[in-house]
Amino acid sequence: MAKFSKKKKEQPAIQTSSLPDIVFMLLFFFMVATVIRQNPLQVRNKLPNATEITKIESKSLTEYIYIGAPKNTAAYGDAARIQLNDAFKNKEDVIPFVEEKRQEKEPKLRNKITFSLKVDYETKMGIVTDVKQELRKAEALKILYSARQRLEN
Amino acid sequence: MASKKRDVPEIPSGAMADIAFLLLIFFLVTTTIEADKGIKNTLPPMPDPTVEPQIVNNNNNILFVKINRADQILADGKIIEIGELRQLCKDFIDNNGVNPDWSESPQKAIISLKNDVLTSYDMYLQVQNEMRAAYRELREAYSLETYDTRYDLLDDEKLNEINKNVYRMMISEAEPNVSVVN
Repeated sequence: MAKFSKKKKEQPAIQTSSLPDIVFMLLFFFMVATVIRQNPLQVRNKLPNATEITKIESKSLTEYIYIGAPKNTAAYGDAARIQLNDAFKNKEDVIPFVEEKRQEKEPKLRNKITFSLKVDYETKMGIVTDVKQELRKAEALKILYSARQRLEN
Repeated sequence: MASKKRDVPEIPSGAMADIAFLLLIFFLVTTTIEADKGIKNTLPPMPDPTVEPQIVNNNNNILFVKINRADQILADGKIIEIGELRQLCKDFIDNNGVNPDWSESPQKAIISLKNDVLTSYDMYLQVQNEMRAAYRELREAYSLETYDTRYDLLDDEKLNEINKNVYRMMISEAEPNVSVVN
């Protein structure tokens, strides 16, 4: 009897057996939502702001071209460079890059790729125009000037 | 005694939460829920060398906008600030022949954009943005006036009508072939 009354006075421990389940649920959410950046950025990439923004339709049909001054100015100077995949490239490499990306896609989707130009806001237009010309030569006409949303003032 | 030995000891699951947390934190840190946004544009195809370029006879239907290397904007022959560009574009497009030097109708209005090699990308994008904003505002106003509906709530047919026939966006960019002389 004495034992009985003792048990009643004890604070019941909080059930922690479902804690792993909760954490796993969160874990799976983040695992699914994660895109581990494959291409470390070699260029400075502060995007300009704009108001007339649209979202891309399909992530899998978007390829990125980064343009900006190298982050490591000591090694690469401070002139704006083009980054394709993970390395600095010249404008002559844009057409092979477009072809490479097309080959990775299913044939019927090849002409639907949008090339997203992620250009640093301080870049001069010369290099951007060069890239645009190369894209036109490669008949990759769908582009996106990547920008951040700015609210109308 | 015998029954105690047969008992399989339970695997301690207390550390399970810790392991899961560790993984969770790893993914939390590496996650970039990256939604790419920006200004959509369709480049014109490369000009066919065998075809003569189309010449627009009436220069009044073109609004010339130039950005120089110091990021100054020259539009309609005047140096203007970026904040004035949207209204100027709207007035120009929606002129309907009122001002004889401007467009005859929104369908014929063309905005021509030319930039210098040393123009900053930021300014270039701001100009593109303002031009698009001008078209958007005109479309929104037309939608309210004609259909009594907000532009973003229109059905596809009406949206197409406005975008293709009423206020078709015509922004032309100069071919960058020649060295730009200021």
